[in-house]
Amino acid sequence: MIDFTFTEEQEMFRKAAQEFAETQVAPNVPEMEKTGKASQDLVKAMAEAEMMALTIPEEYGGLGLGYTARFIALEEISKVSVAAGMMLQVFALGIEPILKFGSDAQKKNFLPGLATGERLASTAVTETTGGSDPTGIRSTYKKDGEDYILNGRKCFITNSHIADTITVLAKDDENPKAFSTFILEKGMEGFKATHEENKVGMRGCNTGELAYENCRVPKENLIGVEGKGLGVALAAIGDVGRGGMVACALGLQAACLEVSVKFANERILYGKPISRLQTIQNKLADMKIDLEAGRLLGYKAASMQDKGERSSNEFAVAKYFTTEAAQRAAKMASDIHGGYGCMEEYAVSRYMRDSFVLGPSAGTSDIMKVIIARWTLS
Amino acid sequence: MFPKIPQFPIRHRVYTMFKIVVCVKAVPDPKEACNIKIDPATKTLMRCDVPMVLNPLDKYALEAALQFKAEFDAHISVLSMGPPEAGNIVKECLALGADRGFLLSDRAFAGADAFATAYTLAKGIEKNGPYDVVFCGMASSDGSTEWVGPEIATFLKIPVVTRIKEIVEYNGQWWTVKAELENGYRLVRVQIPAVFTVTRELNTPRRLSFSGIIKARKKEITRWGIQELGVPEESVGLKGSPSMVSTIASMDSRRKVEILEGKREEKAEQLVQRLVNAGVI
Repeated sequence: MIDFTFTEEQEMFRKAAQEFAETQVAPNVPEMEKTGKASQDLVKAMAEAEMMALTIPEEYGGLGLGYTARFIALEEISKVSVAAGMMLQVFALGIEPILKFGSDAQKKNFLPGLATGERLASTAVTETTGGSDPTGIRSTYKKDGEDYILNGRKCFITNSHIADTITVLAKDDENPKAFSTFILEKGMEGFKATHEENKVGMRGCNTGELAYENCRVPKENLIGVEGKGLGVALAAIGDVGRGGMVACALGLQAACLEVSVKFANERILYGKPISRLQTIQNKLADMKIDLEAGRLLGYKAASMQDKGERSSNEFAVAKYFTTEAAQRAAKMASDIHGGYGCMEEYAVSRYMRDSFVLGPSAGTSDIMKVIIARWTLS
Repeated sequence: MFPKIPQFPIRHRVYTMFKIVVCVKAVPDPKEACNIKIDPATKTLMRCDVPMVLNPLDKYALEAALQFKAEFDAHISVLSMGPPEAGNIVKECLALGADRGFLLSDRAFAGADAFATAYTLAKGIEKNGPYDVVFCGMASSDGSTEWVGPEIATFLKIPVVTRIKEIVEYNGQWWTVKAELENGYRLVRVQIPAVFTVTRELNTPRRLSFSGIIKARKKEITRWGIQELGVPEESVGLKGSPSMVSTIASMDSRRKVEILEGKREEKAEQLVQRLVNAGVI
């Protein structure tokens, strides 16, 4: 029989993340919404709360708590702010290629600083010509003595302007079928963050473009084997990237349900709370069903990930389901709130905007279906 | 200025390590207050429907101990009386930084009032060995009697200062604290060992940390029942409780609404008159 209960320790992780979200994340949300900029105070608080250290092994200064613990933390933080959840999820996504494919020297060099939050991570694959199909990218690398010279641009990169250590995918200048992943660091000559996006939702989670022009990268910064970088990037995105989006979506679903229940119990219509109207109950029930089903999909995949099993297909199913469900939940929450749902004073309007950014991040629902169909037919 | 308190024996202890005991309680989550139900027959809280959490004021008691430990060589024991599930909140205290946890749990302890609870906790404190200070939250969020701290002190035959809001000085065996009064505070100099019940003004409790949770893996929770404490059954639980709840009723919190009629000036006049009649102005 399968045991679906969280351990006592996991319940404590949830409590710790909840307390962090309520006391440290929530106060930053209004300013993040207003400016659209990442909050330095929040990043500092995340570092102090050891949020960046969750998946990094203890020998490299991390906590070694694994992916279910990360999933729990992301879900709770996203319940308060999906933007904060997204920011944190991409820190881990940037760390993952070094963790999984990096050399001992790279792990010793980069992971301790990333664990303390002294340095922030991101990963950069997407370009205007390829994201979900990374073979379409145009960024190139060329061997030059012991170094590599990188040229190109990346777009829609989360944490683009705040990250210090970024894993970048590029293709061989002379062999378009060979891809490699490199660690680029803020301050490298020729490497810079350029345009910063102004997103409709997840405001306060920085997204933008990166450019590298004749950027010299030492061979010590090549992750894994030269020419095998596609597997490095895809493995990180497939498991950690998708997994993180599932947790963010679940947090948003839970937030939508919570505010809807509260509003439906307080809003009086026809002399009674609207929660007694069957049409409202239907919506609440649909939201609850989606949330419970999404949690089963997400936590099952996270548990597989902790066992070292490949979980990218399971996360594709979970991502499709939960990000679609988050959009449904935001719409239903907005409907339940009536006119109030259109007002910025009510969190549901933010939930609605955030829900639309969940879909394309780490692959659209259509791409998830392509992956799921490929898995089913294999 | 501060005379010695004659009724308490002066205890001399060779200090190797300061021993602090913090008494904590698992209470229904105050965030779920609207879902808390009361059993009309037993007039006790129906705890099964609501998640149990660490009593909010006990966090301040633990924080006081942790802040002392940050400055001095100290060992913190956390003690709780409750059902087996209350082990979770003891574990939480260990994750927050306490060194050892004790859960006093036995069917015989069920139904205890403040008096029987204090007696059981005092026996647990004595069994744990020498102690210098006992911190308790001023009150629990469910019972809110504020009796348990003073009654523990009574059973241990040591002084108690209730509602402390500031620890002014630790000076060997003499501690100076500020204790809250309705319109001010008392400055109290007290000889330890003593019991202190704390208010929210005393400090800002720390949050749970992931590394604290990991460290708690190695910390022990000792579970003691009636046998281990060696107390008679009639002194604990419902049998050892001299107080009883005679009746219990829900408060009707509906407000009276009156719509004033007339022109703006007339309504203002009527409003002022009503406020005068009500003794507000």
